[in-house]
Amino acid sequence: MSAIHLHYDVSGDDFTRAGEASGSVKKRLKSLGYDSDAIRRVAIAMYEAEINMVIHAEGGFCDVDIYPDKVEILLSDKGPGIPDVEKAMQEGYSTAPDNVRSLGFGAGMGLPNIKKYSDEMKIETTIGVGTNLYLTINVHNE
Amino acid sequence: MNTYFHSVELEVDKCCGCTNCLKRCPTEAIRIRDGKAHILSERCIDCGECIRICPHHAKKAHSLELEDIKKFKYNVAIPAPALYAQFNNLDNVNIVLTGLKAVGFNDVFEVSRAAELVSEATRKIIKEKKSKLPLISSACPAVVRLIKIRFPELCENVLPLLAPIEVAAKIARKEAIEKTGLKSEEIGVFFISPCPAKVTEIHTPNSVEKSACNGAIGISRIYPELTKAMDHLDFKDIEPLSRSGLIGIGWATSGGESAGILRDKYLAADGIENVIKILEDLEDEHIRGLEFVELNACSGGCVGGVLTVENPYVAQARIQKLRKYLPVTLNHLEDDDIDNMNWENELKFDADIFRLSDDIVKAMEMMDEMESIYKDLPHLDCGSCGSPTCRAMAEDIVKGEAKETDCIHKLKAQIQSVYDQLKGTL
Repeated sequence: MSAIHLHYDVSGDDFTRAGEASGSVKKRLKSLGYDSDAIRRVAIAMYEAEINMVIHAEGGFCDVDIYPDKVEILLSDKGPGIPDVEKAMQEGYSTAPDNVRSLGFGAGMGLPNIKKYSDEMKIETTIGVGTNLYLTINVHNE
Repeated sequence: MNTYFHSVELEVDKCCGCTNCLKRCPTEAIRIRDGKAHILSERCIDCGECIRICPHHAKKAHSLELEDIKKFKYNVAIPAPALYAQFNNLDNVNIVLTGLKAVGFNDVFEVSRAAELVSEATRKIIKEKKSKLPLISSACPAVVRLIKIRFPELCENVLPLLAPIEVAAKIARKEAIEKTGLKSEEIGVFFISPCPAKVTEIHTPNSVEKSACNGAIGISRIYPELTKAMDHLDFKDIEPLSRSGLIGIGWATSGGESAGILRDKYLAADGIENVIKILEDLEDEHIRGLEFVELNACSGGCVGGVLTVENPYVAQARIQKLRKYLPVTLNHLEDDDIDNMNWENELKFDADIFRLSDDIVKAMEMMDEMESIYKDLPHLDCGSCGSPTCRAMAEDIVKGEAKETDCIHKLKAQIQSVYDQLKGTL
């Protein structure tokens, strides 16, 4: 077999449920006996991306493909799009509203962290249409 | 898988095969097979939740009896500070310690004294920035075992210092040898324990090759004789045996160990579900900026252990009262103490416990099969099949340890379809 495919719907506006998808993927990777460093990076990158979908895009879905040596993740939303990707990639840059920040989110570390923990990252974004975020996390053999 | 010793045991006759323990176990280590509970030894962390929940008292914790100390020429009791919280209106710890001598021990050495040494050593480690932060307390053996089987990325965060029991046992043994001139094997050192996890830790330690402690007697086991002995004590008989400050005694309750760090970037969580949540969040780096994390599997901390007698919150209130007039700490590290307090073995992740197969391709095939089995199960997580959840059942089926018709809902549907077919032929 080539890959295990998982699909999750991410509901918008519900912080208590953010992290359900990344938590479920983490649990499965542990059962597979996956490399623990790769599991950690998948869990962190995916959680940050999930939170982004909740804060900015009223949810969406995510598709996860698990291969023996890598995990590919697509996070897709029909949100407002990212006007300036380069700016959004800067640490500390945030457009999150105050009510979100008061919950401790929106510190402007989302995308920079996602980039830091994944091996490949691609953003497709169109204003008013939505954003697709493609991530690849490889198992780094020591 | 009989290499694992557990202090949680099942009394088969009393078990009626209900699903209470099955549903409560935090590591999904219980299955009901042939109408009786079975503990999956490699997954059990001896937290004692099944003992707490069982309405039929079919689960019990292994504990030695007072009789067992007679095998040794000289015996030292090392009581957990949680013991002091079990007595109403106690205002002097020496009454308990003298009571322990009255029930048969030759001497006592308080675990809270060793706890003060561990607190000081922890402060030193944090200050000298010698370990990966946050440090996770190594005092609760159920938590250490949980990390060992479920949280590979956190193994190196575990405080590499022996738990206070082990430190206390080492010192008590050394002092007893010096005092009596007896050989080590003639001296018995017994922990008076609030929980089964510590009983297991003495038997098969994570941190050392062999524990300096000979065994553990549950607080609830020794309680009747001890209270009787304490009642019979005359005021003039009470010996000044206690040498613990408020830091050491405070270790009995959740937050006590953290308070002993004398810093503010700490978190203290108690209750196994909360502990798991915190470990998940630490692993995913949702929690940042801490120096120390204290985790206790039991609600309220050690006073909540299943071998205690008193309600943990009442016990907590008593500990507060007992600490009130004590000095901060009465025990201090000597030059080479800290070297004797380090773990002998590094904490290594046990990858085999929860993974489906050691071959990832095979594991992926199994998981694929699990997902398709799971889809057809009723998702009620009722536990009637003997597995704790439908997902766990799917895993058990793939491993060949259960079959689909163990699910009573599936079975009912099958019977219904046979009935419908027969009805058609009549």
